[in-house]
Amino acid sequence: MFRTALRNVLAHKARLLMTVLAVMLGVAFVSGTLIFNDTLSNGYRDQTAKSYAHVDVEARSYDTSDKIPGISGKTFDDITRLDQVAEAAGRVDGTADVTDKDGRLINSGSSTSAANFAPGKDGQDPLYVFTDGSGPTEPGQVALDKDTAEKNGYEVGDTVRIALKGPAKTYKLSGIFTTDDTSVALGDSLVLFDTPVAQRLFLQPGFYHYVTATAAPGTSSTELAATISKLLPGDADVKTGQQLADERAKGGAGDASTLSAILLAFAGVALFVSVFLIANTFTMLAAQRARELALLRAVGASRGQVTRSVLIEAMVVGAVASAAGLGLGAAMAAVARSTVGVFGAKNPDGPLVVTSTTVLVAAVVGVLVTMLAAWLPARRAAKIPPVAAIGSAHLPTTTRSLVLRNLLGGMITLLGATVVLAGAGAGGSLGQGLVGLGAVLAVTGVIVLIPLLSRPVIAVAHPLLRRGFGVSGKLAGQNAVRSPRRTGATASALAIGLTLVSALTVLAATLGQAVDKVTTDIVRADYMVTDSGAGLDPSAVADLRKVQGVTAVSQEQQAWMQIDGSQQDVTGVTPADFQKALRLPVVSGSQDTLAKGQIAVAENLARSNGWKVGDTLPVEYEDGKSGRLTVGAVFEHNDVVLPVVVSTDVIEPHADKTSILKIYVKTEGGTNEKALADALAGDPGVKIGDRQDIRDEISGELDTLLNVLYGLLAISLVIAVLGVVNTLAMSVFERQREVGMLRAVGLDRRGVTRMIQLESVVISLFGAVIGLGLGAFLGWAVGETMKTEIPGYAWVLPWGRFALFMLLAALVGLLAAMWPARSAARLNMLTAIKTE
Amino acid sequence: MTTASPTGPRTTIPTAAARAIELSKVYGDGDTRVVALDRVSVGFGQSQFTAIMGPSGSGKSTLMHCVAGLDSFSSGSVRVGDVELGSLTDRQLTRLRRDKIGFIFQAFNLLPTLTALENITLPMGIAGRKPDKQWLDCVIQMVGLSGRLSHRPTQLSGGQQQRVAVARALASKPDIVFGDEPTGNLDSRAGAEVLGFLRDSVRTLGQAVVMVTHDPVAASYADRVVFLADGRIVDEMYEPTADGVLDRMKAFDTSFRTS
Repeated sequence: MFRTALRNVLAHKARLLMTVLAVMLGVAFVSGTLIFNDTLSNGYRDQTAKSYAHVDVEARSYDTSDKIPGISGKTFDDITRLDQVAEAAGRVDGTADVTDKDGRLINSGSSTSAANFAPGKDGQDPLYVFTDGSGPTEPGQVALDKDTAEKNGYEVGDTVRIALKGPAKTYKLSGIFTTDDTSVALGDSLVLFDTPVAQRLFLQPGFYHYVTATAAPGTSSTELAATISKLLPGDADVKTGQQLADERAKGGAGDASTLSAILLAFAGVALFVSVFLIANTFTMLAAQRARELALLRAVGASRGQVTRSVLIEAMVVGAVASAAGLGLGAAMAAVARSTVGVFGAKNPDGPLVVTSTTVLVAAVVGVLVTMLAAWLPARRAAKIPPVAAIGSAHLPTTTRSLVLRNLLGGMITLLGATVVLAGAGAGGSLGQGLVGLGAVLAVTGVIVLIPLLSRPVIAVAHPLLRRGFGVSGKLAGQNAVRSPRRTGATASALAIGLTLVSALTVLAATLGQAVDKVTTDIVRADYMVTDSGAGLDPSAVADLRKVQGVTAVSQEQQAWMQIDGSQQDVTGVTPADFQKALRLPVVSGSQDTLAKGQIAVAENLARSNGWKVGDTLPVEYEDGKSGRLTVGAVFEHNDVVLPVVVSTDVIEPHADKTSILKIYVKTEGGTNEKALADALAGDPGVKIGDRQDIRDEISGELDTLLNVLYGLLAISLVIAVLGVVNTLAMSVFERQREVGMLRAVGLDRRGVTRMIQLESVVISLFGAVIGLGLGAFLGWAVGETMKTEIPGYAWVLPWGRFALFMLLAALVGLLAAMWPARSAARLNMLTAIKTE
Repeated sequence: MTTASPTGPRTTIPTAAARAIELSKVYGDGDTRVVALDRVSVGFGQSQFTAIMGPSGSGKSTLMHCVAGLDSFSSGSVRVGDVELGSLTDRQLTRLRRDKIGFIFQAFNLLPTLTALENITLPMGIAGRKPDKQWLDCVIQMVGLSGRLSHRPTQLSGGQQQRVAVARALASKPDIVFGDEPTGNLDSRAGAEVLGFLRDSVRTLGQAVVMVTHDPVAASYADRVVFLADGRIVDEMYEPTADGVLDRMKAFDTSFRTS
């Protein structure tokens, strides 16, 4: 039986090509994801291990209770004097933006780190290897990592402008170094300062963020860690280099595996879609070979043997596809590694890792999916009676009643829709769970029902086809519903992909509109000034006020306080400017009360804590002092301002430093972005955004995310196209005689081509209509569950995008029909008519 | 031993619906060269029912396919009405078949998705023309399908399906109708009906009909039988009877076996 099966596979190579391609794509997606994940985790692990190679113990102390910001110089000296310590270094870190020779910020997109140069007894810092020059040992000196220096053409002795908080300062480049530091390896820039400078910039003179130490001979890292922790406060964090490397590697692996989980979900969708294609192929193969299979039965093969023979074919196909998919997956992973940064701008180096698990998963997934999809067709093939071998009549394809299937499909769809509606009504995370469950049921139900739906839905297009394209159109419409099962399976593949795409689109459009509404309702300012990382210097506020035409400059000062026993992030504002730049969507009370030293609280926060306008609440400030504040206003929760707003007059006395995240600027006509930029020219780290930028900032990376998801779903659409090609090729093959007859009685080649194209377009559009309908419904349901969390929520149907998707589906149809239509038009009439 | 001396076709038919002159069809090259038709000249007259007969491989189907514009030929000329086929492109040939020629095949004449009436008017549908209502009624009545026009092919018997095919071939008022073993798949009664209709169309409508067959009884319905062997016309018979045709065919067998 195995040999028969193998021969069949070889004999139907072309027929099975689409199936192989579909399975291959699915497997490539799965194995590519696994290889990408393994490779990155492996590279990241190696990298972190390297970066801690020179560190036996790292000690951090964050004790804030006695106002010590880190590890004091005295403690550091104590550590250095320990017998068990070979060498210790006190370290400080922060962020510092390097500018290029034209004064522009470099390295945008990845992080910009800064640290101190901590030389040991030999004058070297083991973490940094200088390829040129030496470490900074004077206040006016800095050192740069090699990548950054080379990219910008800096050489030792050059002057470099560095943007810290406030105006940029000029330093002299003392040296260029390489390092095994993980973040630098992943694309960050790193600036080294002399220790006292770094302490002043990033911490406090005489203090360190952390201390690294190497053990003296004969002392283990663990012993050293234990000894050092005795010198530090109880809540200090003392770890060995090995522990730290392990922790960071684990964190990195976590990042990579979150991405993998998402990618694998899409791979799952792709494979699910290919199931329809595979099932279709094997159904048609069995139908074509009905007589052959019947002959097998007639000469004594049992039903089981026929089933097994078809399944073995599926297995061979699956195995071939898996092998090809694994190869393609490895190639995809290699490409992805050099283009997609997961941890930073660059991915860690290292070999491509293909584990035995990956190979096993690829093989099992490919073979299993193919065999599962072929199982029903195989059973159906076994039911062909032996007499079919003798009959001369063309065997009609199974016309088994769809009644049971429709009944089942109707019930599942109804149940799914009900659960989705219940979820939409319930809202919150419970609602989302219900919608998810209901969505799976509804999609399954509709797929079961799709053969039933094909007739009425496609019938709508009939008059159009007949009027627009005459006989070709009419025949195309009829051919499309000739085999509802096959049409259904073909359209399903397309529908699933489009359901996801359109649900996401509906959701994105809805959220996007909500953001637009909030932006226009709340933000009155024309510009928003932010900084690339270090925060804005208070001097920027004064500088902006001096610009001609500026009517209000409202800074957003970040602070925190304990309110009524719970820790809250607080926005400090100057009420008069705030009033002009932003209008809080006040629910009760008034925004004016801010000027009286009262606080404004977001509605959801107020509700969960039971606060009302007029309540006076006990608070504890950053410096530990307590006081009482009155709630003056409750406003609708939004993404523009933090949930608690208070006048800077209230928090200023308790803050040891002012940290400004954003400045909103309102202007009168005539003032432009350039004037503002000129006023802040001293600080190259400053970014000025207009209203559109403000909107984009608030909406976050929604659009980028959407584009990535579109890209990932495209793979399931590619498989769907393969499915349409497959179905059409089979149909053309089965209808050779019809095509030959049509040609004989006067349908020209163009007419035949058009007939096949239209059939393809009709099936594609049918799938698209189902997919878009389901997607719109599910998008609405998910939106409903988030209604309360999204200010300005209103359901939006993105007609433009939907029209685009329909157009795309029609194009997909045309594309898929290209090859089958051509082969149909080229059919030799005489042989076609004679085909027995 | 009887010698079947070819008498040669009479070329005195005044108005030919279709005509082949010195028609040759050669397949392959060199050693594999097969001559399917060897300088055949024959005319098919209006109001004439012609049967083409001959043993398997004699070239009878090839002759019909070439004259009907379904197949290309190597040399010679074919005219349908006053159109020379040799110079036509594929599109022009297709249009000619649609407008000037009717076809009845042995099987699979009908599209299963269309009703009987839609099948009958299919060539006109392709051309985007309205059928001549009166003529259509006349044809449908003649083949006795009035009550079954909305049926689909699967709901019709084999004989009824072939009658639909006959109606389709006649409906567009073609210059000539070709049948390729039109009764080959039917039992004798249904076959007789179909042949009767074809003969009626010649008698009452003045239609030209050409039919390839290997059945002497079917051939006896024709006005004239043309015999082919080895790609040449070897004999001709007017007002044939089944027995006469059978005898002639037997003579062939003998001559072939001995030659």
